[in-house]
This record gives sequence, structure tokens and C-alpha cells, in this order.
Amino acid sequence: MNKFKTLLVGAVVASLAATAAMAQEKVRIAFIDPLSGPFASTGNQGLSIYRHAVDELVNKKGALLNGSAEFEIVPFDNKISAKESLIQLQVAIDQGIRFIAQGASSGVANAITDAVKKHNKRNPDKQVIFLNHSAVDPALTNDKCNFWHFRFDANADIKMDALTDDIANNPDIKKVYVIGQDYSFGKAVAAAAVRFLKEKRPDIEIVGNELHPIGKVKDFTPYARKVIAAEADAVITGNWGGDMVGLGKAIMGAGFTKPIYTYYGATSGITANFGDQGDGIVKLAGAGQVNPPLSAEAEAFTTSYYEKFPELDLGQPQMANVAPMLAVAINEVGNADDVKAIAYALEGMEFDGVLTGKTIMRESDHQAIQTLTVQGQTSEGLTFDYDKSGHGMVAETIVELASLNSATTCKMKRP
Amino acid sequence: MTIASKTPLTAGTKRLISLSTVLPWAFAALFLLILPVVFQTSSALTIMNQMAITIVFALSYNMLLGQGGMLSFGHAVYMGIGGFFAMHVLNMVEYQGLWLPLPLLPIIGGMFGMLFAFIIGSFSTRRAGTVFAMISLGVGELIAACSIIIVVFFGGEEGISGDRTMGPEFFGMDFASQSEVYYLTVVWLMIAAILMYLFSRTPIGRIANAVRDNEERAEFLGYSQRNVRWISFIVSGFFAGVAGSLFAVNFEILTEENLNLATSGSILLITFLGGVGFFIGPIIGAIVFTLLQTVLGLYTEIWSLYLGILFVASVMFFPGGFAGVIAMHRRPLSLGKLHLLTGPYLKVAIPAVTSILSLAAVLEILFHKRHGFAGDGAMSLYGITFDSHGYQALGLAIVIAAISLFLVSRITPEIKAAWDEANHAGDDQ
Amino acid sequence: MALFLVNILDGLVTGLLLFMLCSGLTLIFSMMGVLNFAHASFYMLGAYFAYQISTVTGFWMGLLVAPVIVGVIGALIERYGLRRVHKYGHVPELIFTFGLALLIEEVVQFFWGKSQMAYSEPLALDFAAFSIAGNSFPAYKVFMIFMAMGLFLVLLYILTKTRIGMTIQAALSYPETVQNLGHNVPLVFMCVFGVGTAMAGLAGVIAGPVLGTFPGMALQLGSIVFVTIVIGGLGSLWGALVASLIIGWLQTFAAAYNVAMEDILTAIGFTKPENIWDHPLQDLWTLTLPQIGPILPYLLMVFVLVLRPQGLMGKRET
Repeated sequence: MNKFKTLLVGAVVASLAATAAMAQEKVRIAFIDPLSGPFASTGNQGLSIYRHAVDELVNKKGALLNGSAEFEIVPFDNKISAKESLIQLQVAIDQGIRFIAQGASSGVANAITDAVKKHNKRNPDKQVIFLNHSAVDPALTNDKCNFWHFRFDANADIKMDALTDDIANNPDIKKVYVIGQDYSFGKAVAAAAVRFLKEKRPDIEIVGNELHPIGKVKDFTPYARKVIAAEADAVITGNWGGDMVGLGKAIMGAGFTKPIYTYYGATSGITANFGDQGDGIVKLAGAGQVNPPLSAEAEAFTTSYYEKFPELDLGQPQMANVAPMLAVAINEVGNADDVKAIAYALEGMEFDGVLTGKTIMRESDHQAIQTLTVQGQTSEGLTFDYDKSGHGMVAETIVELASLNSATTCKMKRP
Repeated sequence: MTIASKTPLTAGTKRLISLSTVLPWAFAALFLLILPVVFQTSSALTIMNQMAITIVFALSYNMLLGQGGMLSFGHAVYMGIGGFFAMHVLNMVEYQGLWLPLPLLPIIGGMFGMLFAFIIGSFSTRRAGTVFAMISLGVGELIAACSIIIVVFFGGEEGISGDRTMGPEFFGMDFASQSEVYYLTVVWLMIAAILMYLFSRTPIGRIANAVRDNEERAEFLGYSQRNVRWISFIVSGFFAGVAGSLFAVNFEILTEENLNLATSGSILLITFLGGVGFFIGPIIGAIVFTLLQTVLGLYTEIWSLYLGILFVASVMFFPGGFAGVIAMHRRPLSLGKLHLLTGPYLKVAIPAVTSILSLAAVLEILFHKRHGFAGDGAMSLYGITFDSHGYQALGLAIVIAAISLFLVSRITPEIKAAWDEANHAGDDQ
Repeated sequence: MALFLVNILDGLVTGLLLFMLCSGLTLIFSMMGVLNFAHASFYMLGAYFAYQISTVTGFWMGLLVAPVIVGVIGALIERYGLRRVHKYGHVPELIFTFGLALLIEEVVQFFWGKSQMAYSEPLALDFAAFSIAGNSFPAYKVFMIFMAMGLFLVLLYILTKTRIGMTIQAALSYPETVQNLGHNVPLVFMCVFGVGTAMAGLAGVIAGPVLGTFPGMALQLGSIVFVTIVIGGLGSLWGALVASLIIGWLQTFAAAYNVAMEDILTAIGFTKPENIWDHPLQDLWTLTLPQIGPILPYLLMVFVLVLRPQGLMGKRET
């Protein structure tokens, strides 16, 4: 119809060729995450998990509309910028895509949820659903919740709940040091840590609670010195990416040998960098588990993932749920076009996640409730390692349907 | 010199009325009006809006770099500040019932951009050159870092958002649709571009050029070089603020990204690629850059590598940017000898394009080999699907690149000869 | 007190590391008048090359070879890139090195991807040299201190005792005269650029295991290096040393002590508002020193430039 559209269609056709096109109806999911630039490893890891889940759990099984349709993942590079994300969102909607997936960065997720809300209000004939697979800022399912947003990862509060359970059960821990990045997510983590520890173990002293500028600290040694000086028995941090590596290495390098509880202390080079030093020290709270495999199906799924993507890691197990759950909702509605009905079908859905066990999409706030694990870094008893480093994470504490009844401030307005 | 400084205003006005000055603007306006008829999708409109905003921003940047000789590494600050204030005003319209039609918002954003430029320019414009560049870098980093710290105003990492449709209707438009926003944006684009063009024609605009070229001589003529730079800086801040407000209207969200070094760096890149020596340069740069970013980004992961190569190559070989390359042909055109160049150009076009595409293919194959999913050697390029892990494809691409580069090098002397001939004023036709 | 001592040492490591970068940058600037925006990119290249070499032959070979490779690349870039742009003036030169910084980052990502490399200190130095009040001080950091000190002494010797050093010294004070004396030969430029970038490469080799080897490492350090030599005074080696140490300690101590604005405000008689998160001045009240640590160098630079444009120890205005 016009030149620009032809260009876009051309791009889609090109990416189609790689995924061996079939003659079935395609239900497309726009995957909007950073695929270039400093955060590309996060985006590419997520994309690989989506692709693998779509192939193994939906398309090969003919699980979408009795095999008459297939999912297709269409990647869009948002360069982790809010502006680029909104442009890519617009491009995706123009291409007729009605399912938008994003997760890297809560800032971007906030921008998208806001834009989706406005778009759906302004264009009732072209409504879209926002599938948030890993942005964990609690606000998204609390004050800022909206009907079109579904979060498949456990939010920062839920993760902290599981994490502090682990701490509460360890009588050796009497002093905790909380440190994080200075932005909404880091603050949410710190607030949750203080709240849950006070609730579960009032005797634990919080010997440090501080925020450092995000992505600006070159050398974490001064922070590590404070942790040592405070004689902490455990560290809690929500840091990710370079800030996680820097902080972890500095703390361990300063002679700290007690647990470091993290949200994102594995994969994307982090595990390889911690190496031997991190074994027995680095813990991670997250949804689902890779080690030990939850079931034979989970093991087969993970094995075939690593055969296909040996350079990457299955670091975010909950991402494997997004497409299969969407498929169930579409099947229930009977078509992939009635987006509002599909959103209603997703609400309250109960699902058996391949890596996350029993999973419920809570109706009140669209927050997925699933198995949470606290994993520890080790080099023994691993079925799958991370970063090809011989080190990996093994689930140590497993909480099924974690925080099922946790409170939410969400007042969902349903259309 | 003295005569010129006495009569620049009249000289300027004389030019203003002439048909040759008005015609391009009229054409541009017409073109902008017709565009959305051709490109109707809202994503196309979004990208065109994005282009328009970048043009305003790049033109405002070029008031510093091109016209004033000030290299800034922190110009995003003024656009960002303008945008943040505009966003706050937008929210006041929504929540506190402030009466303000949306199309007037850019004036407010511009005022705040101007205010900040006034404050910071008061000390940064004392010197040009390296000192100015360093201060701009420092101030840029400072304000970007503050945006994370001062959450009340900047909204922290997630930024602040608003809703443009909540204000009073403007002649029946509520600006819910992209096309209404498009017309708002391009009207402001025209206003801003014309005003900036007129500014470059005013005495102060001319003196800015003089200061850029020779500070001392301008001082001897009785102009304070510092004040001249300061005024340019303030005016440039205003238009950066206008661009920021247009951004606020379009994307309804402002984040730290609007202030940071990366944004400041890319506007330098855009302006330089387009050509700093010409008024139209930044316009070309903004259009080309936005197209490269959005379209090339769809095809390849390593688009920013290409952009980096293009930029460095441009600094080395075409310091005048795209506009400079075009302007090089003015002389042959005026001599009526442009046709001498068409032959050699056409001749070199095929091998040149082939060599660029095949070199890009070499990079793409290498990249795919190194970072593609193992076991998934299948790769498609230019519509051909092949195995990137074998050596045939890579070898073929290298051979094609070598042959086409060889051909280009063979044709180059011919072009050079034709070029000399076309620029030669003699009448040996 | 023990912690204070540890912080002094940590700040010294940071400062000396900065100095290794700044010395090369200042050398290049004093000879060529070029502010090399891409200087930290050569530092990054050093770390990546050393990582690549260390996977085959171990750390020490990387330490020897990587800076040489970086220096050669630097010299080639001067010869075939910078020299071309030189004739257009200093602003295009700055723009060229800015573009170079972008390009090198892309090239590094092209070859090594985006994740952090598992580049770590050699086993021989992977132990705690000593420990102060439970804080261990890694042997590798002791090694870093000696390397940087050694480099400074060598540079000082070359600059004050050798012929080429005299030329450079003279170029600091009388650039035109030195040029007129015929020292402005392209070969010297190329060598100076090569040596300067090799020094940045060496800094990268040494810093990579501590500060991390990832594509953002140049950007993270890039503007700080700039800030440092501007504060110290462009072209002054001693100034670079002093400024590096000031910034090293400034950043370390800012991160080490949780001075909170709340305490200061209460001390001078203000009362903290009840519901702080709804208060318009919430950010002021909750501000802490570590939060603003990373922006202190920029603040310092703006002050220095406004009050003393030639920098702390600079001999001439930029």
C-alpha cells in the first residue's frame, strides 16, 4: 500500500524465512526488548526462551486452536529506550500485532503499560494486550495496574517474601546489609526487605540500607568495605548487569564469605565472573527453577534449549509460560482477534508451567502466582550450568504458589 | 567589513522578500502537508513526527556548532528541560484545570529551555573551543545524574508521563489521533525552522559567524564575543525546549534518556552527518539518521556499527556532511556542466553499491557466525538463505567485495577528471 | 580509623589507575593539541586484548603484548585517520575522536558480544596481601599500585632526563617555538599517539580484572578521564597526578561515608516533615553523600573551569 509498509513487510518476510514458514494462520507476538546495545544479552536471552517455548510447547504440539494456527515471535529492538519502545509498539500495532511482550526494565514497562492503556482507549477497534515477562516493579500490579497488563514474573515483593523466608530460617543471620541501585526498583527492593525482615525476624538488625547511583559506580570497593565493617551476616541486593558483577566481586574480594542474596546474580556473564568465589555465597530468588529439573518434561525442555542455544542461558524460567498461557486463552475464546475476551480468559487462569509448576494469573491484579525458589550458586550436582562455566544455580528453598494471598492496592477498571 | 556591519538588516530584509527565498519554504510546507496522505499508518506518522522533532533539535544544535562554532556535548539538557516542564504543564492542564490549548505548549517548553540556557550560558559561553565543550560535558552529566536523584521533578528512572488529550479542544481537535499530532508537529517545525533561518540572517546571527571565524577581529569591531555566543546559546536553548515540548506531546513521556550524554552525542552525530556549514544540513542529517535508525534497525542487529563507520568516514572524507557533498555540485551546476558528471557517476554506481553491500555482507556473516545460535547456521541476506558457518558464503562475499572495490578504484580517476573538468570555468565545451 | 586507612589505600588504587589513563591523554594533548575523546576506548581495547591473550597463554603474556597491540592500533589511527582530520582544526579533531569512541565500542561488541568477559587476576596474585580489621586487601591491588608508580617514575625520567622528553616539556610552555624548531614532525606525532594509547591499553590490562571487562567500560570511565585532566590542567603531568588522586579519594570517600542530608538539615535546626514521601523536598531530605558521589568530579570540573580555566596546575589556557 505504501512504501514504508512494504519495507516493514519485507523485514518481516526476511525474519520469517529463518523460522521456516508454514501455511497455517500466524498469531504474532511482538517481542519488544533491547536486542542491540549494552543490554542486548538480556533481550536475546529472553527472545531465545520465547522462541523455544513457542516451538516446543505450542507449535510442535499443535496447541493453538487445534493446530490450525501457530505463534510467531516478531522481535523489535527497543534499545532499552522508552521512546524507541513506543515507536516499536506503534510499528507492531500497525502490522496488526495484538500481543505485545516486553520485560527488560521497569521504566520501559511503565511507558508501555501507559501507552497501551491510552491506545486501547483511543482505538477500541485495535486493542492490544501487554504481556510483561520480567519487569518486576511492584507498582505495575498495584497503583499503576491496568486491565491490559499481565505480569508473568514474580514481582519484587513476592521475590523478597521468598528470599526473607530463607533468611528467617537461618539462625546464623543476625545482621543484614541491604544495598541497591538508586531508582524505583532498587527502592522497592529495599523497602520490601525492611518490611519482611521486621515481620519475620524482628531480632535481625539491618546494619546498612543504602542506594548507589545506577550504572555509574566504577569501583564498588568502598561499599564492600562498609559491608565488612558493619559485620553483616548477609547482603541483600536487587542489582543487575554490570552493577551486580561489580558489587559481588568487590564484596567477595574484600573477604566476605557469607551469603549474598540477589535477584539477578546469575547468567549473562555474571556466573562466569563470580566463578569459584561465588560458590556457596551467591543466592538468587526467582520464579521457577532449572536445577534440579522439576520434571522429565522440564529436563527435556531445558536440554533441547541448550542444544539450540548453547551460547545463552535459560535464565528466566517464567518466560516459558507466556506463549503457552496465551495459547490457552486464545483456545478458550476460539479466535485470536477478540483481544478483550482473550484478556478476560487470561484473568484467573490456572496453568501448569513447565519450569514454574502450578501457576495462577491472579484476577485481582494480573500478577502471576507461581513456584518461587531461592537458588544457590554451586558447581556440584548441576544438571545445567550457566555461562558454560561449570557453575550454576540449584534450587535450595522451594515455595509453591508463593504469596498467593498477598495484598494488592490495585483497583482494576475492566472495560 | 564595516559597511557590512552597518547595513546587514536591510540586506537581510531584501533577501527575505525575494521569491527564491520564499519558494523553498512554500515547497517544504506543501510537501509536509501531502506526506501523511502517502504514509497513512500511525507508525509512519510517529516516525515522521520523530523526524520533525529531531530536525528542530538539530537545527537548534547547529546554531551552536555550525553558526557559533561552539561544540556542545550536552545539548540534550535544554531539550530535556523544556520537555520536562512542558510535561508538568500538561499534567497541570489535566489535574489542576489550567487552561492551555495543546498547540501553545511548545512556547512554554521553549521558555524554560531558554531560561536554563540563560543561566548556564552565563558562565559556559565565556570561552569557545575546548573549554566550552568541556563545560557542556560537565553540565550535561550533572543534570542527567540529577534527573535520577531529583525524583519529584524528573520522576526518577521511569520518568514522568501525561495525557495530551485532556486539554481544551483546539478547533475541534483533541489530538487523540496521530495525524492531528502530526499537523501540530509540522506546523511547529515550520515556525521553528523559519524563525531559526531568520535568526541566522539577523545582524546578531551574522556576527555569530564572525565570532566563530575570528574572535579577536569581531572584538575589534566592537562586539563582545561572549555576549554574541551567549545570545546564540539562549536562542538555541529556546528551540531545543520547543523540540522537547514536541517530544512531550508526541510520546507523552519524558525520561532520563532525554537528558543524557547519549542523546547529546547523537545530535552531534546527526548534525555533523547532515553538514554543519549549511542551514539545510541538520535537516538532511535528521531525516537520514531517523530513517537509518528505524529502517536499518529492522534489518540488522549491527546497525549502530554501520552508523559509527559512516560517521567516522564522514568526518575523515566529507567534513561538510551530506549537505557539503550536495553543495559541491553547485559550481558545476552554475557552470552548466553537471551533465559531465552523470556519466561517470552512473558508471561507478553499480560497483560502489555492490562493494558496500558485499562489505556489509562480510560483516553480517562474520557477526552471525560469531553470535548466531549454534546449530542454526541458516542465515538469510538480501533474500538469499545460506549457511553462515561454511566458508563459501563468506568467501563469495569477500571476492565480490574485492572485485567491486577494484572496479571502483579503476573508475575513480575518471570521476576525478570529470570533476576537474566540470569545475573548470573555461568554455571548452 | 582502620576503615579510614583502608579507604585511603582504595582511593590510592583508583587514583593511580586514573592517572595511568590521564598521563597518556595529557601526553597526547601536550604534543598534538588533540583532546582524545576515544582515550578510554583504547583502555577498553587493552582489557579485551589482554583477556583474549590470557585465555591462551595466561595473564602475564597479556600484560606484555596487549599494550603493544593497542599502541600499534593507536599509531595507525593517528597516521591514517587523525592526520587527515588535523588540517580541518581542533573541533573536527575532537569530533573525529568522539566518533572513534562510538566506533570502537561497536567493534568490541561485534567481536566479543555484549556480556561481561570472565577476565580475572592471575592466580599468582589471587590472595589477600594483608588485612585491616577484617578487610582484606588483595595482592593484585598492591601490584596495581606498584605498576602505576613505576609508570609514573619512568615517564618522569623520560620527560626530564631525555631529549625527547625535553622536547615535550618545551612543547608545554612554548608550543609555537618548538614547532618552529622543526620538532613538529609527523613521526613524533604518530609515536606520541601510539605511546599514549599504549599506556591507556596498559591501564586496561591492569584494570580489566578489577573493574570488569565489558562494552560499557570505556563510556563509564571516558568522561571521568577527561574531567581529571581538565581539572589538573591540560598538558600537565603533575597536574594529572594530583587531580587523579583527588578524584580517586573524592569518589572513594564519598561512597564510604553515609553523610545524610537529613542529619545536616536537622543539625542546623530544620525538622523533618512527617510524611516525607509526599513532601516536595523529599529528594533533598533523603539525599546522601554516596548518591551524589559520581557527580562530584563534574561539579568540581565546572567550578575549576569557571574559576581557573587553565586547571589546577596548567600552564596555559586551553
